[in-house]
Amino acid sequence: MLLPGAPFRMLFVPRPRRAVLRGLLGLAGLLALAPAAGAAEGRSAPERALTVVGPWEVGGLDPASNGHAFTRLQVAETLVDVDAVGAPAPGLATGWTVAPDGLTWRFPLRSGVRFHDGSPLTAEVAAESLRRARANVGPLSRVPIATISAEDGAVVVALHRPFALLPAFLANHTTIILAPASYDPGGRVVRIIGTGPYRAVTVAPPLRIELERFDGWWGGRPAIARARYLAVGQGETRALMAESGEADVVVSILPVSLARLRRNPKLAVQTVTPPRTRLLKLNAGSPLFSDPRARRALSLALDRAGLAKVLLRNPGLGADQLFPPAVSGWHAEGLPPLTRDLAQARILLSQAGWLPGPDGILERDGRRFAATLRTYSAWPELPPLAAAIQAQAREVGIDLAVSIGNTSDIPARHRDGSLDLGLVSRSFAMIPDPLGTMLQDFGPDGGDWGAMNWSSPESASLLDRLAVLADPGEREPLQRRLAEILQAELPVIPVTWAELAVVANRRVAGVRADPLERSYGLAEMRWGTP
Amino acid sequence: MTRLLLGRLVQAALVALVVGGLCFALVRVLPGDVAFRIAADRYGPDALTAQAAEAVRQELGLDRPWPELLLRWFGELAQGHLGNSLVSGEPVSEELASQLGPSLWLAASALVLSLLIGLPLGLVSGLRAGSGLDRLSLIGAVALRALPPFVLGLVLMLVFSIRLEWLPPAGYGTWREMALPSLTLALGLAAVSSRVVRDAVAEVGATTYYRFARLKGLPERAVLVRHGLRNAAIPVVTYLGLQAVYLIEGVVVVESLFAYPGIGHALVHAVIARDVPMVQGAALVMGLMFVLLNLGVDLLCRLLDPRLGATR
Repeated sequence: MLLPGAPFRMLFVPRPRRAVLRGLLGLAGLLALAPAAGAAEGRSAPERALTVVGPWEVGGLDPASNGHAFTRLQVAETLVDVDAVGAPAPGLATGWTVAPDGLTWRFPLRSGVRFHDGSPLTAEVAAESLRRARANVGPLSRVPIATISAEDGAVVVALHRPFALLPAFLANHTTIILAPASYDPGGRVVRIIGTGPYRAVTVAPPLRIELERFDGWWGGRPAIARARYLAVGQGETRALMAESGEADVVVSILPVSLARLRRNPKLAVQTVTPPRTRLLKLNAGSPLFSDPRARRALSLALDRAGLAKVLLRNPGLGADQLFPPAVSGWHAEGLPPLTRDLAQARILLSQAGWLPGPDGILERDGRRFAATLRTYSAWPELPPLAAAIQAQAREVGIDLAVSIGNTSDIPARHRDGSLDLGLVSRSFAMIPDPLGTMLQDFGPDGGDWGAMNWSSPESASLLDRLAVLADPGEREPLQRRLAEILQAELPVIPVTWAELAVVANRRVAGVRADPLERSYGLAEMRWGTP
Repeated sequence: MTRLLLGRLVQAALVALVVGGLCFALVRVLPGDVAFRIAADRYGPDALTAQAAEAVRQELGLDRPWPELLLRWFGELAQGHLGNSLVSGEPVSEELASQLGPSLWLAASALVLSLLIGLPLGLVSGLRAGSGLDRLSLIGAVALRALPPFVLGLVLMLVFSIRLEWLPPAGYGTWREMALPSLTLALGLAAVSSRVVRDAVAEVGATTYYRFARLKGLPERAVLVRHGLRNAAIPVVTYLGLQAVYLIEGVVVVESLFAYPGIGHALVHAVIARDVPMVQGAALVMGLMFVLLNLGVDLLCRLLDPRLGATR
């Protein structure tokens, strides 16, 4: 295959070509060295930036989709904040008053508050931010608001009908108050200019936000001067970030990594129970689950403590009712717990006409008790939980096929009616008052993430009455009655509660895990002795 | 030369056409409601409602007929626009520009690192084919190539971040964050390229012209530099072009593992979210990079072996 004379030609390689080859090698060398130059800039900063690592990616600047990133990092603030027990508390508003008819709410603003660009916070600016939030996708569009206006240094919200939850809705991250310069002429948010103790220096979607202390904050001067947030999607990588000391605070650690991190003397691990429940959402309109006895039987088949022990490494997370004990006012003390009882489950199923077929799967009128259990992988614990539930349901003769898809499959199939059964992770903290989510999930028409084809006149009337009551003492008995109805009727079957683990390096002091996941509490942190 | 460039240009246009149409069709036939998918990615699982999905459908005009949507994309592409991301609303070109840079750095440093490891190892193994070192490097190459990048990355994190505390396990910004992901990719690349180099060198070493060069009394070093390297380089360079495939698939996995904000990461998210313009844009850029790389390999091969140009 070689041409005659080729070896000799090879002896006389023309010079210029060699130069090209050498040039290429040189270029390769430069490529290898170049990033090091960039490194020098980043490292010469006066103080180390405190690094917070969490699983949530930074999608952009729109408060409707990413407001949570900016409230958690205390860049932007809302009119209403929450106190240690999750009750509404003054934020940018110093408080609120409501007219006797329950329709007109006044939120007087804190005086002397400035945005990061130096412009003052006025009632008109705040009202404009809220009007934009209301027009956008988000919880505020569910509030019966007539108008939002500014009056004598206060934001005034007029309602169509009384709604006691307004302050809690104004604590939601989609209602952050931004400076007028944050918006372009078309009303899109192009910069995040908030009022919080930190200002965003760089927002680099999808993974990074850089922060700097804002010395003009109304709440004082935070101890940490610079911070950054890194989104790290893989749970294993987050745990390694904590262990290697690269991250100062890591939020949301997988249960499998927790024991190892707890043994690490350099790290402090905190766990809290957020108002979040993994539950089975049932189509109560399907022939399989329309009979409450069938729903109860499926619930009786579940070994919740076992699921929680093996998959979540904490048997205490088995959900024997909808709300965990930490959610005061909603966890009903003394409610008969949901337990595992296979014999009772079989009795209920046979009463409902379901009898075991030749392969052990129940049958009624020639139809098998077979359904598809849909879940999604956005929460890593859901697919293994679904597989375990599948095995436990099989023990009472219920044949579940597990299908793992996208988050959106659940609400989409709720709408088109094609959902049998879904395993979802439901947060009751989007609005800090769980009632905000309960209204959405268990209203007369059910909810995308809650009841499906189930309604109860009594629960609907309880929710209507709760929506206009502000006094916790008056609300408590109604909430308890609602919990009893849900426990008896099981429009959704609670499976496990959740645990939020926050790991901090011991060189940082003042770290507090927030069960509502509203804030990382950067302003309260300080550098300590490692 | 002109024919080569022209050919590659036509290839690039074909890639744009096929990639654009194929991505569009694939995303369309995937199950699931597009508006719900986009809303899920925009607002997250906790805030996703049917109302949000409907708002997305209205805003983006997703209920319009598909030929209109596809033609609009090609029309915009012809004018040099890639459209706007359905999720973030930002121009796809801007999103890609910010994510392509990190990926290129990652790919380039992985390639350079793999050459630094693979070339000397392959050269020495090839010159001493059958020796203990040759066998050892074969075992090492098989083991490294058999490990999925995900596992290899975790092992490197455990060693360099946890045990030695030299390098951060994730992040982006300085060379320190880039070291482990590029090493993960480089080891996989070097595993094969060292064997390709070894075979090429061994083959050249067995040729008559190589033996003749030795017989006529040239020192071993001169024989290698003048007769060995250049001949052995052709299959190696050709193979490096093929390795781009490994790099592209490796970048997708490695970027997710190391929380590295590159184009692979962007592509995975865009596919999950059914963000058609982002999928089309990312795939197009990757496809064109592939064409460009092939062109580079062709040119380099001609430079190395002028006969290639002459015989065509």
